[in-house]
Amino acid sequence: MDTYYHPTDLPKFAEIREGSPELAEKFFDYYAAVFAEGELTQREKSLIALAVAHTVQCPYCIDAYTQDCLEKGSNVSEMTEAIHVATAIRGGASLVHGVQMRNVAGKISL
Amino acid sequence: MSYLQTSENLRPNLYQVERLKSFKENLTQHGLHLARKKCTTLQVNVGLLCNQSCKHCHLEAGPNRQEIMAEKTVADVIKLATRFRFETIDITGGAPEINPHIETLVSKLAPLTQTLILRSNLTAIAAEKQKKLLELLTENRVMIVASLPSLNEVQSETQRGKNSFATSINTLKKLNGLGYGFPDSNLELNLVNNPTGAFLPASQEQTEKRFRQMLAMKWGISFNNLYTFANVPLGRFLFWLEKSGNLEKYILKLASNFNPCTLDGLMCRSLISVSWEGFLFDCDFNQSLQLYMGGKKKHISELHDLPGSGETIAVSEHCYTCTAGSGFT
Repeated sequence: MDTYYHPTDLPKFAEIREGSPELAEKFFDYYAAVFAEGELTQREKSLIALAVAHTVQCPYCIDAYTQDCLEKGSNVSEMTEAIHVATAIRGGASLVHGVQMRNVAGKISL
Repeated sequence: MSYLQTSENLRPNLYQVERLKSFKENLTQHGLHLARKKCTTLQVNVGLLCNQSCKHCHLEAGPNRQEIMAEKTVADVIKLATRFRFETIDITGGAPEINPHIETLVSKLAPLTQTLILRSNLTAIAAEKQKKLLELLTENRVMIVASLPSLNEVQSETQRGKNSFATSINTLKKLNGLGYGFPDSNLELNLVNNPTGAFLPASQEQTEKRFRQMLAMKWGISFNNLYTFANVPLGRFLFWLEKSGNLEKYILKLASNFNPCTLDGLMCRSLISVSWEGFLFDCDFNQSLQLYMGGKKKHISELHDLPGSGETIAVSEHCYTCTAGSGFT
């Protein structure tokens, strides 16, 4: 194995059923239901998935949802903005912990 | 073009992609046969001259192309339409608006059919000198089918070229001003949405809904219907697929999305397509490969009868485009 990630592994995702078919069925049924058109459109859900894919830094998900976003009619500007939303939340989550730092520092400082 | 085999050597498959089943073999395996129904549509390609050089064009149309339908062939087309009275006549190109005989075609063909369609890129018709043609289209209730790949300027222009987006939006506004594109209007304006790369089109229903909402909100534009079509791996689009290393993945994606239900509504089953030179094909895409109707090069002036129900249609692996997902009708 020359790399942990390989693009040809993505289409093999369904093979995960072999280890535990019942749990896999539940997962894939749930997955399909989540991405079906609902109060949010499939296009909007795909943009959320793309942003989350960057947050969890999953190369498979980034590959799959980049293509899916384009196939749902999104453009690269919209996709980039979605990633910035994820980035803002991720960065903000670090920064807001600065309050904790300030609390600790305040308590032990003169 | 190393991938595309010549039309004399179409085996095992057009693109020489190892894992790709030939289209014919695929039909056989599904127990299907692609045959003609009653011929109701005449499609007329008036030439490869175009003011744009779209990256997805299967005929490589552009401003430097010299191939345009001559007056004699225009007369042959009108003669054919008079003899057979097609339900629909569909004028395409290139940019049909810049063929010097377009006004003759429109005015002579309109009374001979229930629906006359003009395929427009929305920019060729924008020129001031096209005012008379616009009036002619309106007077003759010609349906306009116009390309609009995206609501985003950058994305749209990667396919259609610089400055095409703003011009297209202005033309749509102008067409609305003439009465085109409203629900109860008999001046029908339909949009065609092709993906801007090597991926499948979005759902037609959802795209139409979004375009209707966004075009109205941003620019106050109204249209009747929107159709989404996959890009056909031929011509300029094929060159790009090959150059960018996307060909194998794209054609396999089209093939893996083969939907047998699309066969019934395929346009090739009910139309004849005439090239700018007057030769006959089963569809406009087959013109790119010179896959002639009935496997034989035949001129419109030699056509005594329309092809009948049950007759075979010339196919190759590019046909996976029209059978992928919801299909291409």
